[in-house]
Amino acid sequence: MATAAHATPRKGFMYYLTTVNHKDIGRMYMMSSLIFFFLAGCMALVIRAELAEPGYQFVDGAFFNQMTAMHATFMIFFAIIPGLIGFGNYFVPIMIGSPDMAFPRLNNWSFWIMPFSAMLMLGSLFVPGGSDAAGWTVYPPLTSAAFSPGAGMDMWILAVHLAGASSILGAINFIVTILNMRAPGMSLFKMPLFPWAMLITAWLQLVATPVLAGAVTMLLCDRNFGTAFFNPAGGGDPVLFQHIFWFYSHPAVYIMILPVFGMVSDIISTHSRKPPFGYHSMVWALVAIAVLGQMVWAHHMYSVGMSIPAQMGFMIMTMFIAVPTGIKVFNWMATMWGGSIAFTTAMKFAIGFVILFTIGGLSGVVLASAPVDYMMQDTYYVVAHIHYVFVTGSYFGIMAAIYHWFPKMSGRLLSERIGRWHFWLSFISVNITFFPMHFLGMMGMPRRIADYNPVYADLNMLCSVGAFIFGTTQLLLVINILYSRKYGKKAGANPWGGITLEWTNTSSPPHEHNFEKLPVWNHDEAYPVELYAKTKPTV
Amino acid sequence: MSAHHHDHEFYIPTGSIWPPVSCLGAGLAALGFIAHLHMQPALIGNLAMGVGGLILIMAVFQWFFTLVNEARHRGFGAGMVPLVLDLANRYGMIFFIVSEVMFFAAFFSAYFFLRMHNPEWPPANIKTLPIDLPVINTLLLLTSGATITMAHHSLLTNHRANATLFTFLTWQLGIIFLFCQGFEYHHAAYTISSGVYGTVFFMLTGFHGFHVLLGSLMLMFLHWRLTKGDFTRHNHFYFEGAAWYWHFVDVVWIGLFLFIYVL
Ligand SMILES: [Cu+2]
Repeated sequence: MATAAHATPRKGFMYYLTTVNHKDIGRMYMMSSLIFFFLAGCMALVIRAELAEPGYQFVDGAFFNQMTAMHATFMIFFAIIPGLIGFGNYFVPIMIGSPDMAFPRLNNWSFWIMPFSAMLMLGSLFVPGGSDAAGWTVYPPLTSAAFSPGAGMDMWILAVHLAGASSILGAINFIVTILNMRAPGMSLFKMPLFPWAMLITAWLQLVATPVLAGAVTMLLCDRNFGTAFFNPAGGGDPVLFQHIFWFYSHPAVYIMILPVFGMVSDIISTHSRKPPFGYHSMVWALVAIAVLGQMVWAHHMYSVGMSIPAQMGFMIMTMFIAVPTGIKVFNWMATMWGGSIAFTTAMKFAIGFVILFTIGGLSGVVLASAPVDYMMQDTYYVVAHIHYVFVTGSYFGIMAAIYHWFPKMSGRLLSERIGRWHFWLSFISVNITFFPMHFLGMMGMPRRIADYNPVYADLNMLCSVGAFIFGTTQLLLVINILYSRKYGKKAGANPWGGITLEWTNTSSPPHEHNFEKLPVWNHDEAYPVELYAKTKPTV
Repeated sequence: MSAHHHDHEFYIPTGSIWPPVSCLGAGLAALGFIAHLHMQPALIGNLAMGVGGLILIMAVFQWFFTLVNEARHRGFGAGMVPLVLDLANRYGMIFFIVSEVMFFAAFFSAYFFLRMHNPEWPPANIKTLPIDLPVINTLLLLTSGATITMAHHSLLTNHRANATLFTFLTWQLGIIFLFCQGFEYHHAAYTISSGVYGTVFFMLTGFHGFHVLLGSLMLMFLHWRLTKGDFTRHNHFYFEGAAWYWHFVDVVWIGLFLFIYVL
C-alpha cells in the first residue's frame, strides 16, 4: 500500500524540509535540541558568572532577569521536551514494530513550526525593552502591560503558542502511533517501557498543553485587548493565572521526566541483561504518576493564600507521588540486582540518574510540605530541587539514551574513553554546582536576583566553579559525536545484546522503513527472557 | 532495494511541501501580529499578518486537497481504505477534540473562578442581554445537530441527495447562528474591556463562535465533497470527523448557554 518513493533521495535541504521519515525528523529534533541546550547553557553561565561574587559584575539586573527567564524557557521548550520528542520519534515506531509514525506529514509540521517559535523567542531578547524578565512562569502583574510593556513579552507568548501547537499535534501523533501501529501480536502490555512512557507523556501533553495555551491567550488579551482576567481593577485575579499556569506546568515536569523513566528502564535492563524488574508495576507507576500529577498543581501556590484544607489536600496528594516514583527507583535497583552489568557510559549515566534523581525527588517531598514550603519558597532550595530533577534527571537520562542509542542511529559506537571523562566530570561537577544550593536556600538566599548578601559568597563561588566545569564538560559530548560518527568502532546490529525490536530486528542504522520484513511479536511478554540466549553483546 | 513495503498494509504518504509552507505562514503571521501590536507604521505588521495568514490558509488547503486526491485515488468502496489508516484518522480526530475540550476547560475554569471570587454576579455596572437570542441560538445548534445526524443516516442508506441537502442545512444553521451572535454582540451594552463580565462573556462566546466558524467551514468542504461524489456508506471518515467536531461545538454551546446566560 505504501506510495513512498523508494529511489534513494539526495538528502539536501529540500529533502529535510519535506521529509516524512520519522528517523530524519527525530534526528532533526535531537540536533536542534542540542543546539538550544548549548544556547540555554550559555545563558546559565551568564547567570553563574554574575552570581560568582556579590554585587554587579557583568550584567545589569534587567538583563539578569531576562537570562533567568530565557534560560528556563529555552531549556524546557526547546531543549528538553524536543530532545525527548526526538528520541520518541526515532525509537517508538521501531520499538513497537511500525514503519513510521501514524501521521508522518503532521510529524513534519510539528518539527518545522519549532524554528519559527524559536525565532520569536530568541528575537524577544533583541527588541526594545527586552524579553520576558519575570521568569519562565510569567506571573502577572509582573507580565501585565503596565510592568512589561515591550514587544518581548508578547513574542514570548506567541512563541509558546507555536511550541504548544507543535506539542499538542505531536502528542496526538504519538498516541495514535502507539495505539494503532504496533506489530501484530504486540498488545499494549507486551510493549517495551519506553513506548509506554511516551504514551503516558503524550496523554499528559494532550490534556495539559491546551490549558497553557489558554493561560497565555488570556495573558495576551489582558496585555493588549483590555480584558480583565488577571487585573484586579476589573474584578480579575492574578491568582487565577497561577492556577491555570500550574495546571500545565506541574504536568510539564512529568512530560520532561516520564520519557526518561522509560529510557532508563530500557537502558538498565539492556546493560544488566535482565528484563526490567516488575514490568507491570513500572507501567502502573507511570500511570499513577500521570494521574496524580494532574491533581497537585497548587503545591506551587501554598503561600498565595489558600484554605488550610486545600493546602493539606494538595500536600498529601503531592507526597503520594513519592510512592509510584519510589516503586520505580526500587525496580531499577532490583533490575540490576543479579544482572551481568556492563558498566558502559550509557549504564553509568543511567545509574547516575537513579542516584541523583532520587535526591531531586526527595527534595520535592520536602517542598511538598506546606509549612516547610512557606520557608523555602522562592529560595535557592527550589532551584536546587528543580535542577536535580532536570539536570541529573532529564539531562542524565538523555545522555544515557545518547550513549545507548547512538550506535543504532549511526552504526558506530561513541568512544567509551571520551564517554568516561564525560560522565565522571559531569557527575562530579553537577553536584558541585547544585548541591550547595540546598544550603543557600536553607540560609534564605532568594532566587532570581543578581546581587546578594556577602554571607552567601563562598557557596555561590563554589556553584559557579561547578557550573563552568559542567558546561565545559558538555563539549566532550559534541567532540565524541563528531569523532565517533567518522572514526568510532563499528557497532553492528546489536552491540549491547538488547532484546527489544530496535536491536533484534533491524540493522544499524536502521532500514529506510525500519524493517526488511515487518516483525510479528510471538512472545508472551515485553521482555522475553529466552531471547537473551540468542543475543550476545558484541562489545 | 527489496520489496519490503509490500508485505504490510501500512500506509506511508509521500513527503509534502505544504506542512512546512503552512509553518512559514503561521510564523510570518505571528511575527506580523507582534509588529501590528508594537510597531509603527502599522502597515508593516498588518501586511505581514495578512500575507502570513494567506500563506497559512493556502498551504492548509493544498494539504487538504492532497489528502482528498489521495483518497479519491484509493476510492471509497468497501475495503478500499486500509483499516490502519481509517483507524488512525478516527483516533486522531478524537484526540484532537480532546485537546480542544481542554482548551475550553481553561476558559470555563477561569469563568467559574472569577465568578466565585466576585461577590456580585453579574457585577453592578453590567446590564445583561435578554435571553431570547441565546434561546434561538440554542435551538439553531440543536437542530443542526439533528440535521447532521440525518445527513449521516442518509449517506448510510445510500441517499446521497438527502445527505447533501442535510449537510447544506447544517452549515446554513451554523452561519445563521453566527449572524445571531454578531447581532447580539452589536447590541451588548458592555464591551470586552468592561471588567470581568465583559471579559469572560466575549472571550468564551467568541472562542466558541470561532469554532462554529471552523466547523461550518469543515461542513462546507464536506458539502462540496459530497457533490463531487466522494464517500460511500463504507468509507466516509471525513464526514464523521466533521460531524464529531460539529457535535463538540454543539455541546460547548450548551455549556455556555447554561452557565453564562441561564444560571
Ligand atoms: Cu509541581
